[in-house]
Amino acid sequence: MGGAAVASSALLAACKDNKGAAVSGENVTDGNGSMTYRTNPNTGDRVSLLGYGMMRLPVVGGGSMRDNPDADIDQELVNQQIDYALEHGVNYIDTSPVYCKGLSEHSTGIALARHPRKSYYLATKLSNFSPETWSRAASQQMFENSLKELQTDYVDYLLLHSIGGFSDELDSLQTFNGRYMDNGILDWLVEQKTKGRIRNLGFSYHGDIKIFDMLLQWHDEGRYHWDFVQIELNYLDWDFADEINPRNTDASYLYEELHKRGIPAVIMEPLLGGRLANLPEYIVKQMLQREPESPVARWAFRYAGTPEGVLCVLSGMTYMEHLKENIATYSPLRPITEEENTFLMEIARQVYDLKNVPCTACNYCMPCPYGINIPAIFSHYNKCIAEGNMPHPDDRDENYARQRRAFLVGYDRSVPKLRQASHCIGCGKCASHCPQNIDIPAEMQRIDQYVESLKMNI
Amino acid sequence: MLRKTRIALAAVMITLITLLFLGVSWKLNLWIAWVAKIQLLPAVLALNFIVIGILVAVTLIFGRIYCSIVCPLGVMQDFFSWIGGKIWKNRFHRTKERKWVRYSLLGVFVVCLIIGFAPVTTLLAPYSAYGRIVNSLFRPLYDMLVNALASMETDTYYFSEVEIWMRSVTTFVVAIITLIILALIALRHGRAYCNTVCPVGTALSFLARFSLLKVRLDKSKCKECGLCEKNCKASAIDFRTGDVDYSRCVVCGDCLDKCKFDALHYSLPKARKSETAVNEVSPTPSDAGRRSFLATAGMLTATAAMAQTQMKVDGGLAVIEDKQSPERKTRITPPGSISHRNMNRHCTACQLCVSACPNDVLRPATSLGNFMQPEMSFERGYCRPECSRCSEVCPTGAIRKITPADKTAIHVGHAVWIGKNCLPLTDGVSCGNCARHCPTGAIQMIEYEGVQVPAVDANKCIGCGACENLCPARPFSAIYVEGNEQHVIN
Repeated sequence: MGGAAVASSALLAACKDNKGAAVSGENVTDGNGSMTYRTNPNTGDRVSLLGYGMMRLPVVGGGSMRDNPDADIDQELVNQQIDYALEHGVNYIDTSPVYCKGLSEHSTGIALARHPRKSYYLATKLSNFSPETWSRAASQQMFENSLKELQTDYVDYLLLHSIGGFSDELDSLQTFNGRYMDNGILDWLVEQKTKGRIRNLGFSYHGDIKIFDMLLQWHDEGRYHWDFVQIELNYLDWDFADEINPRNTDASYLYEELHKRGIPAVIMEPLLGGRLANLPEYIVKQMLQREPESPVARWAFRYAGTPEGVLCVLSGMTYMEHLKENIATYSPLRPITEEENTFLMEIARQVYDLKNVPCTACNYCMPCPYGINIPAIFSHYNKCIAEGNMPHPDDRDENYARQRRAFLVGYDRSVPKLRQASHCIGCGKCASHCPQNIDIPAEMQRIDQYVESLKMNI
Repeated sequence: MLRKTRIALAAVMITLITLLFLGVSWKLNLWIAWVAKIQLLPAVLALNFIVIGILVAVTLIFGRIYCSIVCPLGVMQDFFSWIGGKIWKNRFHRTKERKWVRYSLLGVFVVCLIIGFAPVTTLLAPYSAYGRIVNSLFRPLYDMLVNALASMETDTYYFSEVEIWMRSVTTFVVAIITLIILALIALRHGRAYCNTVCPVGTALSFLARFSLLKVRLDKSKCKECGLCEKNCKASAIDFRTGDVDYSRCVVCGDCLDKCKFDALHYSLPKARKSETAVNEVSPTPSDAGRRSFLATAGMLTATAAMAQTQMKVDGGLAVIEDKQSPERKTRITPPGSISHRNMNRHCTACQLCVSACPNDVLRPATSLGNFMQPEMSFERGYCRPECSRCSEVCPTGAIRKITPADKTAIHVGHAVWIGKNCLPLTDGVSCGNCARHCPTGAIQMIEYEGVQVPAVDANKCIGCGACENLCPARPFSAIYVEGNEQHVIN
């Protein structure tokens, strides 16, 4: 009796006096320590778990080039963000000669030249996609040019960019041989490594699994040594990659193959170009229910950073806000628990059921020779799915008229009429460039037919 | 009382008709399309006997109130005349009726109407002249406003962006000249145009002479101040003799309000009202909304063709060249117009169909034979299968009302393939975009010189222009539509 009375009066006092309460909202779970680092077994590099991807750099006028294809890179912002990142422990910077219409390396070089060369690890790629750059001279030129643009005389991590690609004319092996073997470029790169111009040699992989397996076999045989490999890994692709597209391989396989060989994995697309951050309300709710203070994207970053074989998780951060949020997520990393993993696999199942287009807006397919804005079309379509706003012309409900208008007006707003799916002629020039192996012409026609059915069913 | 009622009704009518032409909302348009259908000339052309009957009866009872309330061009002139009155006080006086001009112009107009000589009929038709002014001059301004609002919207979809483009330089120039000439005439001479040139005004004047209600001047009360005559914008009153020319009086009621001695009445013959209407204070501008709207006429800026805003190329997006209209041997008129002859004879080129077309297909023709009458072209869009809007708004019967279902059987033209523009032959890529989008399945892909090219079953083709519009060949499409002089129905 007496105890209860004391307790309740204490409770009353607590209610009246909240002087001890927080004066501003602050995340209590993450971002209160320092950056998590992983060690590269080959060189002993202490690499920050968060890596800065320079593919979606901010442009003048806001957003990135996917929002504003004509705008110039906002160098001042790039500098600021790089400064902030390095200050907060990020030390892995990843770029490529083809990113941002070929301007990423130059911009990265400017931002990094303001910092001591030893204070960060620089990763770039041999992005000789176009058959015009397959010659030995052109490929060498590409590497030399990277050094020049990056204002350095060595790169810490060099990748064969996106092996596994293929086209209508050439299969994946022919493409790989054309890019790296027939011209002797791979051997030349190994030679550069012995000269110290490349500290770690690896590859990034998308596409045909045969090439991935072949390269790891070479590693086993001692023919070539891979210091690291860059793969796509996130909670959706872990188990669902081949369900989403039979031409792709589950991240679980890719990771395990690397891990059992002790090859460190660099992770790309942890957030699928933002698709895992833009989820429908009912999915978001489940995540908020578990952790009200965590941004939706944090789940994806924690997931990608949890496996111990992961060296670094890349994020193409356009905005300072994203940079700060991601730094908080990994300072330090709170690994995904067994139970949380089960939860995320359930979320993945629900995301898979959305059946959206697995486009990450990397813009590799662009420019379409006929002027179609492919990523913008997919992005509008996915956005309507994520917002739970898809009108169903065959199964109308009371929301149909509103949703139809929102879809069609929004479509015209985000994609000029002449760049919409109806103008896709199906030439297929884009398809071989897609790292997600999306059958772009088929998807364009599917979306076009959907739009047509909306227009017809007033 | 008469004047105030007239102004109020006129304000409502011109607002509705202007909204109709601005295309504020399609749902609204369906509600207010009647304001175009009660226009006299369109009703005559559409053989709409109910409307004709009502208008004749109304004129026989009330006089030419049609000209003061229903006719938007008349109301527009009243606005300019009102401004003129602020500049030059008491500026009118009774003039002689210009009978020869009036009746010969009416005669010429009727003959041209019968033989289908468009340049004369389209230029003189008053409602159509107003339609052209709104569509060519005000619509672009309104569209700019809509685009500005649309660009401010983030998560709502009330406004959809529209392309602002010059549909026809000729029509634009005609609209500007019409506006300037009418404004100048009205500023100084009030309704001189309506009582000299306008064929509708002249036609109604025959009836108005015999109308039941008339403005009558009571000489016994008249102190011969002359204010009524000096303020009669129709120049119809002679205060000395007390004569009113009812062929010119548009029953505006201005004179009634001006008379301080209660000498003027709008009344039945001889039946003098016993109680005198209290002369109300000279009204202040009551319909500020309408006037401020019309005032924007003064702020007209050149709305030259605004090239469609396209992103500049920069690796990110390829440039898309603008399409150019092919030289069609036979022009294409919209489904529902039956034939070129029907279009020619009925259309007064009011541009309401052009304004209603959501796909940027319709535009006024420039050739003399079908001057400013609508024709179709597909550089910016095509005649979409779910749409029959032009047919729903046309007040003259130039485009008869059809449903989207009817449209699937109306062949306004037929597609023609131009091999030397076709991408599989020129660029060596596979295409078939025309066949994929043909709503009637009239296009099949066939083998030709080792590649797949389109072939047209002219029997199935309705001439909607989907193929022409969606053909990737630019500036000239590899498949285009030739018009049918008579729309084949099957």
